[in-house]
Amino acid sequence: MATIRLTVNGRPYTVDIDPQTSLLSVLREQLDLTGSKYGCGEGQCGACTVLIDGKAQRSCITRVSAVSQKQITTIEGLANGEHLHPVQEAFLETGAMQCGYCTSGMIMSAVALLQRNSSPNESEITGFMDGNICRCGTYPRIVSAIQKAAKVATAAVGKGAGR
Amino acid sequence: MIEKTHAQFPLEPERYELAAAAPYRFDLGRREFFKFLGAGLLVVSVLKPAVVAQESGGARRRGDSLPKEIDAWLHIGESGRVTVYTGKAEMGQNIRTSLSQAVAEELHVPIEKIEMVMGDTQLTPFDMGTFGSRTTPTMNLQLRKVAAAAREMMIGLAAAQWQSDRQHLVAADGKVTDSQNKRSVEYAELTKGQQLTQTVTPDTPLIPATNWKVAGQSAFKVDGRDFVTGKHRYPSDQKLPDMLYGKVLRPPSFGATLLSVDTQKAEQMGATVVHDGNFVGAAAASTELAAAAVAAIHAEWKSDPQPSSKELFDYLRKNTVEGKDPTGDGDRYDVGAVDQAFGVADRRLQQTYTVSYIAHTPLEPRAALAKWDGDNLTVWTGTQRPFGVRGQLAEAFRIPEDQVRVLMPDTGSGYGGKHTGETAIEASRLARAAKRPVKLVWTREEEFTWAYFRPAGVIDVTSGVRRDGTITAWEFHNYNSGSAGIRTYYEIPNQRIVFHAVNSPLRQGSYRALAATANHFARESHMDEIAHAVKMDPLEFRLKNLKDARLRAVFEAAAKRFGWGKTKAAGQGFGMGGGYEKLGNIATFAEVHVDRQSGDVKVVRVVSAFECGAIVNPDGLRNQIEGSNVQGLGGALFEAIEFDNGKILNGRMSQYRVPRFSDVPVLETVLLDRKDIPSVGAGECPMIGLAPAIANAIFDATGVRLRSLPLVPNGLKTS
Repeated sequence: MATIRLTVNGRPYTVDIDPQTSLLSVLREQLDLTGSKYGCGEGQCGACTVLIDGKAQRSCITRVSAVSQKQITTIEGLANGEHLHPVQEAFLETGAMQCGYCTSGMIMSAVALLQRNSSPNESEITGFMDGNICRCGTYPRIVSAIQKAAKVATAAVGKGAGR
Repeated sequence: MIEKTHAQFPLEPERYELAAAAPYRFDLGRREFFKFLGAGLLVVSVLKPAVVAQESGGARRRGDSLPKEIDAWLHIGESGRVTVYTGKAEMGQNIRTSLSQAVAEELHVPIEKIEMVMGDTQLTPFDMGTFGSRTTPTMNLQLRKVAAAAREMMIGLAAAQWQSDRQHLVAADGKVTDSQNKRSVEYAELTKGQQLTQTVTPDTPLIPATNWKVAGQSAFKVDGRDFVTGKHRYPSDQKLPDMLYGKVLRPPSFGATLLSVDTQKAEQMGATVVHDGNFVGAAAASTELAAAAVAAIHAEWKSDPQPSSKELFDYLRKNTVEGKDPTGDGDRYDVGAVDQAFGVADRRLQQTYTVSYIAHTPLEPRAALAKWDGDNLTVWTGTQRPFGVRGQLAEAFRIPEDQVRVLMPDTGSGYGGKHTGETAIEASRLARAAKRPVKLVWTREEEFTWAYFRPAGVIDVTSGVRRDGTITAWEFHNYNSGSAGIRTYYEIPNQRIVFHAVNSPLRQGSYRALAATANHFARESHMDEIAHAVKMDPLEFRLKNLKDARLRAVFEAAAKRFGWGKTKAAGQGFGMGGGYEKLGNIATFAEVHVDRQSGDVKVVRVVSAFECGAIVNPDGLRNQIEGSNVQGLGGALFEAIEFDNGKILNGRMSQYRVPRFSDVPVLETVLLDRKDIPSVGAGECPMIGLAPAIANAIFDATGVRLRSLPLVPNGLKTS
């Protein structure tokens, strides 16, 4: 057991835990942040995706001890109060989900993608998102949602520059 | 032609997982209902005694039908809040939304004012389960009736209050309005202080689909915001104070029996350890601790030798249980004189098609949280059959069903794979020993191994055809995969169609569309083979032998959108498949590209034309059709469970390939909206045409005829 300090969604946490424990287990079981999902336990499905210092990572294969000095963002920390992140808005407006179990991981991956590429084309989206599985098969809608969010973000930047 | 009817809806033999006895009904009394809900109006639909009799055991027998009347309740509270109670379960098919639309339409209230209480055995009326694409044709209709009865009663109450003629009164937007005297009253005011009950009568007027305003329009997930913010709590996200995490010791192979077990070490680790018959498990303060405790248990098991996937199809043929089918005698249809007809046919074709076992792989594995309060048990679990799981729990713990409550928070998909209550029973057993609530979430490996599979199958087809392309004889034998969609919709005077039940080497059960996928794959592939044998265009050949107007319409619509008949480039191939299932009609056209050098097969474009009567939610419907195609790609191209001697060999996400973003073709959907035909479900039927369409397109591209699903798990062998 070890005492580990974490910063999740801007908030500090201290947990006493085996340092080998996965970040996903700590988020879900210790911090009650259940928006990140277990899907496979081997980094293959992306349901557990969180941002670590802005990069999309699979929290199920990330040891909690490896992220104690880093900024962790989960789906719960994405909206600004009642104001949804543009990617969250776009998923809602595109109907880009069925059961929704993959949705938080999809959104986190999409946010990471748009941070490094503000207007990805379809094959860039497909390439980046290929590690996220949606068993309900809403992939085409998720691609549309990401394109929509990219447009909204680009338009917002354009407006800002014009002012 | 096969009679299509709502009334008779037999349970197919591949629903082996439903063998558990159907539960009894324990209704909440109406007085208790008002105590619980507060005053207002309660509308119920009442089950007929004959239907109750069917529910209490008869329905699992072959040939019996599901209850014809489905119960539902609707309550309008003093605040005007509408609460709807249905035993149906939400797992991504978005019925929480489409059923809300139906209620909003008939009751004339904004959709935001409606709350759906679903799949809670204590609060909702009995429901056999959410499967078989039954929600739309049965529950949607039932809720429309219940909501319409409530609307009529609101108008009646207003008429009584104003002492006016009800024909001048109109219900709209949660109000009754008197246009003559320019006055209106909210539903909330009408129900204030009342304890009114109303039952649905057969003459309650329903709004025809042509006049729908809310139903018939696209609506996104009503509680979608909770899903994009991570707020929604799936079964695996449930939590209670003092809760422990559970883990079960799994046998090394299927059917193994426990010889000896030593749990001392695990107990010393502070875990609650249970050994009860073949069940061994532990509960501890975290999943990791529970897993460590189970890893410290030393157990010896005895296993018997079992077949492997390499010899599967031979095994299925040799292990039929003719006359001993667990669901009754195997299906058999005989029409005309098949053997004579083969004798005089111009051409006779015989081929064998196979399908592998595949896994549902719901992204949320099975999960349950169990809590005991004395001898009363409450379980939150992801299941398509909350009432069925309640029965299983009552049986496992030898307690009456009214001491068991099962709640089903909207779960992370099912696809027919979550009909059973293993996880609920396991969590409950651990919770009983620990005297604390226990949550158990299966690992992905457990989900791949200890759930059940879509049945594998072997299908032999023999056909006789005249030179002009008229099919005269049809013989079709399905070994094990099931009888859903086994009968042909083509006009053939002489038929012999038989389903052969088999002692399956793996645990098997329902999977989205059941055996309709296998049977359509065999039938629609074979149709192409005959068309080529008699040198006819595959579409022309199908239409020549097809009278069913609805099915012809989807084939023609898909062909038109696809551009059937256009010239193809090298490596390009076009194919089609279609049929009907669960009262819906589908035609699927596929374009593939095959790289003969690498053997790489890419499905480039898929056009689906679908007709399911009057459309309730066009966007929701498109979402289901797209999803069926994407999910169907896996079983068509590369998904297969490999096993040997009672062990699954590829039971991990890294070893079992499911469709990903990069596999998805361009998907085009043509919806045929038949407002004159009652709405039916769409979660299953759209899947069935895809595999044969792809197989036929691969043949078109290469001349290679593939007759096994998955078609190209390792690419197309070009040698």
